[in-house]
Amino acid sequence: MRLLRIVPDDTKFDFMRFRRISFPVSAMLSIVAIMLYFFHGLNFGIDFIGGTLIEVQTKASPSDLAKMRSTIGSLELGDFQLQQFGAPDDVLIRISEQSGGDEAQQAAVQKVRDALGDDVTYRRVEVVGPSVSTELLAYGTIGLVLAIVAILIYLWFRFEWQFALGAMIANVHDLVLTVGFMSLTHIDFDLTSIAALLTILGYSLNDTVVIYDRIREMLRRYKRMPMPELLNASVNATLSRSIVTHVTVAMSLLALLLFGGQAIHSFTATMMFGVVLVGTYTSVFIASPILIYLGVGAGRAGGAEEPGAPPTAPAAAPVSSRPATPPQRARARRS
Amino acid sequence: MLFFTRWKAASILITALVVCAFALPNFFPENVVKNWPSWAQRHIVLGLDLQGGSHLLLEVDTSAVRKEQLQSIDDDVLKVLRQARIPFTGRAVHGSSVEVHITHDTDIDIALSKLRELSQPLSGYLGATGQRSIDVTESGGTISLTPTEPSITGRVRQAVDQSIEIIQRRVNELGLVEPTIQREGANRILVQVPGLQDPSRLKEILGKTAKLDFRMVDLSMSPEQAEQAHPADSEILDGETPGQKYLIEKRVLVSGADLVDAQPGFDPRNNDPVVNFRFNSTGARKFAEATQANVGKPFAIVLDNKVISAPVIREPILGGSGQISGNFTVQSANDLAILLRAGALPAPLTIIEERTVGPGLGQDSINAGEHAAYAGAALVIIFMFLTYGLFGLFANIAVAVNVAMIFGVLSFLNATLTLPGIAGIVLTVGIAVDSNVLIYERIREEVRAGRSAINAIDAGFSRALATILDSNITTFIAAAVLFYIGTGPVRGFAVTLGIGIITTLFTAFTLTRLIVAYWVRLWRPRVVPI
Repeated sequence: MRLLRIVPDDTKFDFMRFRRISFPVSAMLSIVAIMLYFFHGLNFGIDFIGGTLIEVQTKASPSDLAKMRSTIGSLELGDFQLQQFGAPDDVLIRISEQSGGDEAQQAAVQKVRDALGDDVTYRRVEVVGPSVSTELLAYGTIGLVLAIVAILIYLWFRFEWQFALGAMIANVHDLVLTVGFMSLTHIDFDLTSIAALLTILGYSLNDTVVIYDRIREMLRRYKRMPMPELLNASVNATLSRSIVTHVTVAMSLLALLLFGGQAIHSFTATMMFGVVLVGTYTSVFIASPILIYLGVGAGRAGGAEEPGAPPTAPAAAPVSSRPATPPQRARARRS
Repeated sequence: MLFFTRWKAASILITALVVCAFALPNFFPENVVKNWPSWAQRHIVLGLDLQGGSHLLLEVDTSAVRKEQLQSIDDDVLKVLRQARIPFTGRAVHGSSVEVHITHDTDIDIALSKLRELSQPLSGYLGATGQRSIDVTESGGTISLTPTEPSITGRVRQAVDQSIEIIQRRVNELGLVEPTIQREGANRILVQVPGLQDPSRLKEILGKTAKLDFRMVDLSMSPEQAEQAHPADSEILDGETPGQKYLIEKRVLVSGADLVDAQPGFDPRNNDPVVNFRFNSTGARKFAEATQANVGKPFAIVLDNKVISAPVIREPILGGSGQISGNFTVQSANDLAILLRAGALPAPLTIIEERTVGPGLGQDSINAGEHAAYAGAALVIIFMFLTYGLFGLFANIAVAVNVAMIFGVLSFLNATLTLPGIAGIVLTVGIAVDSNVLIYERIREEVRAGRSAINAIDAGFSRALATILDSNITTFIAAAVLFYIGTGPVRGFAVTLGIGIITTLFTAFTLTRLIVAYWVRLWRPRVVPI
């Protein structure tokens, strides 16, 4: 049977040429993301800033949001939000953290229950007091930093330091852009978002490591090949695998996005952005060329360039001592 | 790479089979599984977000524990100094120590040695730690007694253990099904009750300390006069109705610790709900003495520092049983009886986190998870088959076994499956395919470079496996960190992701290779159908 070939064999696309564009673009996007974080802010969930989340199903369908808003407003519980959530009779009520410590949170929930009475059934109630929310925020941040450090150390063992550093820069850049995305879309930022960020980190590194592995192999094999050529060859060689894997992960995430329901919606949307869009881009256009700037392959032609030097010519076919492709074609036809 | 001895092949297959078999109990109804041997009954536990229920995180008030410790040291100091007939002044609790000033400087040494006896050696898990429970120091005639940190931590730990026991008793009395009650960290308790929709009653029952005391009402002055006069041995307590105040002696005649039973009932005279109680022999004796000495005077029943009833003693109560009446409803009388039977909490508990999921949402989540899993699996299987043909089929088999093994490991660990956990499994399917893709793409390359079919396959495997290990370990580190910092549903995700990576490595290194090796042996291909 004729097999699906998304990426033709022997692609020779010159990825490295784009580094003069991709680095500045990435730097700019990162700055935009950071500014979004500071000025637009993240939509922190109750996990991190405390408060109460109540999901109710009203007997009336669609729900009378205005009436509920005035009922809850009259309770004087401070800032609160009401929105439709999924089905037309599903309402999500979010009340900000009450002053007065943990007991005050409980008192607020009781007031809401009394006020809404029999008009609603409670699908979900979540109350996070100030002590727990500060902890979760601390743990979340520490967790991210810890993961980055742990992976850095692991990569340092397996590869040289330039690889470890390059991978880290590329992947922290992934996280920064993803946080920018989350700020822009105002997606809920709670504990599952930290889970998404950590998974994006792990998985994106997965990708980078595959390419680095190939680069390391080629560095050993082709001692005289100029760096941009070598990097291009590595990326081209792993391109087919990258595309196929990204398609399969994208399909898993798509299934989760379409069928997984509202509860994990923010999680899957974040993962989709991080893994598929950003991860692919950075592994190819940032993580690989950055090795040149970090001094890998210094001494080869094209390695550790001086700033201002013109980019080297597009890659030709790698110098190879292997025999030319034999008459036997790789594509098999079942006769 | 493609050579498997019969033993190796057999052991791989058997391992895979055994691990998958552990997943079986999840698919049979409970009454069937009950009859299997206990080691075969391990199954996955559905998280609260999938089966519905209540999750409450309670914190023990450590400052209350400290206060009580200081109070008891204060009482002990009084006893010791009086017995030794050492005059002193200014015995009081200051901050985190008890201070007392010894009147005569000549007494200081004796006082120090007597007070030092109050400090006891602390023991840890391995025996005596060499530390003591109280630091006794002296300066300028004033002796300070400060509880040491290890003794405070020890007390907090004891308080938490006691609280867990009492919570267990209270929860059992409420008739709740299979609650999980466990310690979290130094001073927190996690209570999880599957199936509980409205935790209000549970929260009320857990929120009350339920310390019951019987004390005499101080009739020497009115509560208003006491607010000015500040008598040393009495205190002002509130009554049930707002604004009602009583002046009650601090001395406790009988305490709730001596109660042996408490039952809700009805007052025969007016059918009001009441709580009938009974003391043990010590309590009965103390009660008899107290009532005999105070006929005609009112005594107060104090619950959590509030006076719930202050009846006049009409005759001595020698039988050790009595009745508490007040503003009770049937439910509140029942609740108080439960609290008295279970015992008083050593320190107040605060609810710092609550997550309750209704059954509707739980079922929706399960359905959503199932649909997503099937859809994701279907897409991936079709895609792999289209891209790699026969080898795609091999990869699909390996991934199917992979997922079965994940369920098997989860069952074996009695792990909790949450909605993010299901997402983790779906994600693992996407990632597991990657290891096979790495191998196959390598094989394609080797073929293009001119190797024969079998050599290409062999080279493909050997070159790819190192990369597979490296790349999966980074995701595993992320999952490990997430497990450590996460709670509840997020932890469920970390667990399935982590287990998924391990099983992926297993199947990539063994199962896929095995299938391809046998196919090569049977078909002896000249051309790789990739």
